[in-house]
Amino acid sequence: MCLGVPMKIISRDGDDIVAEVDGVKKEASIVLLADEVAVGDYVIVHAGYAISRLDEEYAQETLRLMKEVFSPGDMS
Amino acid sequence: MNFQDEFRDRALVRNMADNIRAMAARLKGPVNFMEVCGTHTMAIYQYGIRSLLPENVRLVSGPGCPVCVTPVGYVDKAIACTADSGNIVATFGDMLRVPGSRSSLMEERAKGADVRIVYSPRDAVALAQANPGRRVIFLGVGFETTTPTIAASIMEAARLNIGNYLVLASHKTIPIPMEALTADPELALSGYLCPAHVSTVIGGNAYKPLAEKFHIPCVVTGFEPADVMQGIEMLLAQILADESRVEIQYSRAVTWEGNPKARAIMAKVFEPCDTAWRGLGVLPGTGLAIRRELASFDAEKALAIRVPEGSENPACQCGEVLKGKLAPFACPLFATACTPESPVGACMVSSEGTCAAAYKYGR
Ligand code: SF4
Repeated sequence: MCLGVPMKIISRDGDDIVAEVDGVKKEASIVLLADEVAVGDYVIVHAGYAISRLDEEYAQETLRLMKEVFSPGDMS
Repeated sequence: MNFQDEFRDRALVRNMADNIRAMAARLKGPVNFMEVCGTHTMAIYQYGIRSLLPENVRLVSGPGCPVCVTPVGYVDKAIACTADSGNIVATFGDMLRVPGSRSSLMEERAKGADVRIVYSPRDAVALAQANPGRRVIFLGVGFETTTPTIAASIMEAARLNIGNYLVLASHKTIPIPMEALTADPELALSGYLCPAHVSTVIGGNAYKPLAEKFHIPCVVTGFEPADVMQGIEMLLAQILADESRVEIQYSRAVTWEGNPKARAIMAKVFEPCDTAWRGLGVLPGTGLAIRRELASFDAEKALAIRVPEGSENPACQCGEVLKGKLAPFACPLFATACTPESPVGACMVSSEGTCAAAYKYGR
């Protein structure tokens, strides 16, 4: 029940959004988000509410760090 | 980017496993990392993360499944609500099969009780609006991820003057039980993979007292396999450097401050209370009760629900599983008397439950 899914906002009407993942559309509310979110943004939707906005820059940075291969020298 | 596929890349995960093995070779002894979020438990089993780790890096599951930590007495109260035909009980699906002392909501529904599964508390408010002559009682369970959504639904019902929407609340907060687990010498925890979506709300700062008081590394970690692997790398790096800090691996969704708006709505509706956890007993200040000003939305108070003390199946070891002291496979009922189709304990019910995840992916 704690599942929260990254979804893309495809339309917004006041505090109500329609968001989509893998072709599945869901209505959700953004009353719990302080940030302005806009169509095209990704949010985590949990139980019908967007609880967090996903940051693409941080996501890329995380991926970059993940791809680093440690060599023994890095760890001395 | 879709924020999922890139973090499931097999080659990436394998490479990280090599890194982890190289780091683990330099450890002085075995380390035990606990995850306290049901979605982590599920991901770890689903992606076979344990099989990628060296022997001296162990993962243990903690009390991260909200349905699992909800004590049997709560289920009994929910069932008591169904006795009045004026009531509709609305719930997230995974509460349905959780065994109460004598029955489950599923069994009651088969006997004619009006129990409805909803995806969101918003749907429960709409249900109340559509059924003005009846009471809709929503089963409010969950941690800091879910609690703000239920708080928002109560605010919405108040705004729309919907008097027949009530919540049977059993919400819990995560950081304090982590202290109890860290202090337990039998568990000998070396670090935490802190929950991802709970932390979108409470923020990375929430774990700082824990990390400081117990000198234990804490990494807020995402749910994809590469996230979990990186969380483990970060914990190992701290241990090798003799550090005990809070770090945020899941920075694409979690900030240090979390979501202040969600917390403000939560604080408007709920206040801390003592609450019972399955396996951990009553932990002071770890529950959230509906504030007195909003008592008309509080099913327990408004309907004066009383049930006899709950009794669990004595053979079920859920309590020990939730504390991370027993692997599901070690329970004598696992996959014999207890299966997801006919669960004996709550841990076998929710897909996030340790026993259910082990049953589905782990054998
Ligand atoms: S396998 Fe079933 S009976 Fe055993 S601890 Fe898990 S839920 Fe309880």
